[in-house]
Amino acid sequence: METSIWRPILFLVGIMAFAGVNAAWLGWCERKGAGHIQRRIGPKEVGPYGLWQPLADGIKLMTKQLLVPQGVDGILFRVAPVLMMIPAITSMVAIPFSEGLQARAIDLSVLLIFALASIGMMAILLGGWASNNKYSLISAARSVSQNIAYEIPMLITVITIVMVSGSMNMEEIAKDQMGGFWHWNIFRVENGTFLYMWISFLIFFICSVAETNRAPFDMAEAESELVAGHMTEYSSMGFGLFMMGEYLNIVVGACLTTVLFLGGWDCPLGLLPGVWWFLLKIYILIFSFIWIRWTYPRTQIYKLLNLSWKVLIPFSLVNLLVTAVFLKVF
Amino acid sequence: MSEYWNDIFGGAKSLVVGLNITVRELFKPVITEQYPHEVPVMKPRFRGHIELTRNEETGGANCVVCGMCQRACPSGCITVDGVKPEGAKKKVLTTYTLDFTKCSLCGSCVESCAFDAIQFSKDYNLASTNKDDYIFDLVKRLEEKR
Repeated sequence: METSIWRPILFLVGIMAFAGVNAAWLGWCERKGAGHIQRRIGPKEVGPYGLWQPLADGIKLMTKQLLVPQGVDGILFRVAPVLMMIPAITSMVAIPFSEGLQARAIDLSVLLIFALASIGMMAILLGGWASNNKYSLISAARSVSQNIAYEIPMLITVITIVMVSGSMNMEEIAKDQMGGFWHWNIFRVENGTFLYMWISFLIFFICSVAETNRAPFDMAEAESELVAGHMTEYSSMGFGLFMMGEYLNIVVGACLTTVLFLGGWDCPLGLLPGVWWFLLKIYILIFSFIWIRWTYPRTQIYKLLNLSWKVLIPFSLVNLLVTAVFLKVF
Repeated sequence: MSEYWNDIFGGAKSLVVGLNITVRELFKPVITEQYPHEVPVMKPRFRGHIELTRNEETGGANCVVCGMCQRACPSGCITVDGVKPEGAKKKVLTTYTLDFTKCSLCGSCVESCAFDAIQFSKDYNLASTNKDDYIFDLVKRLEEKR
């Protein structure tokens, strides 16, 4: 199977379908979630429970004119939305959805995903810069400073995980946590000592909210201050791609958290491990993303940077050190 | 230093409190009224335009055409007229017109009525592009309602 031509084709189709369905219907989930948290209904007119709303939105976006304003950098302006989508979809190649259900078992898959994740930031930077709009430019600058600030603690916690698991291969990290929730990295016990991995989990989760530019860290978008940030000048599917890219980044972030901390496709009680557990876990995580977004107001840019540099980075460094000591000394 | 830790723990606690509030709201019933699909029931003290009260015994209006409401109306939007049939003790109402374009819903007419003949209706779907739609013939309305 590994060498068959059908493998890449099937995985390509599967990943595209998974990405497309998620990008479309997570928008619906978000609007429903937001509605019910605010005790409204959310979309309800198009189809049962408003389920065809994403299709209607998609058709509406596709029929609009793709406007390229005067004075923009033509190439970069057109490239940026595509650049937002590509890394998000490409990341899924390395994600192990279940045992053997991984498009390519890359040895350094963790590294690959983080390398791709920083390209998403480039898309916001290029899109903001190419738009020839001061709000977009401010958004681009904010997004870069925010992403740099939050990538550091994120990567440090990942180093902790890699140290504990002894591998940079996502599939092996997941396999290392099989057999019930007490084996998961978040509750990791090594040599009889409990490692404080739940702190790493919290840091990683906060960072992934920030990395995906979600509220309360949506400084790049900040509707009330920057119109729509880097998306201000985009119309039609240019905007659509940015939106879809945002949701796909959330999916990738949730997948990554699941594999690194929550045991991948393992059942909490060790029964029937499979892709369904993986999906259940990522959708619970995605729900908490939505839940967080509709709970907290947006922070200020310097408070956001303070949180990273003054709290998350020291904590993750100390955690790294403590874990290293526990692993080697005890 | 203690401020630093207080910030972190106090902040974390407040975040959990916030999440707790929103998740409880999530499972509470929706309170949006789906207006065109479901029609709200107006409260008893809602003041719509006036309408004639029906007499339960006769089925007609309570009105005796005393004209108090017409005199009480500061905007002059009420026109009442009636006839006295041969041998009858009271006048019988023939016309009760309300010019709703001038009415300010002050309720002086309802207050001044000594025979409990007019009341506030609960109508609120009154949008129209035609001014004449707001000249209500309340006698006709009472008959239609029957």
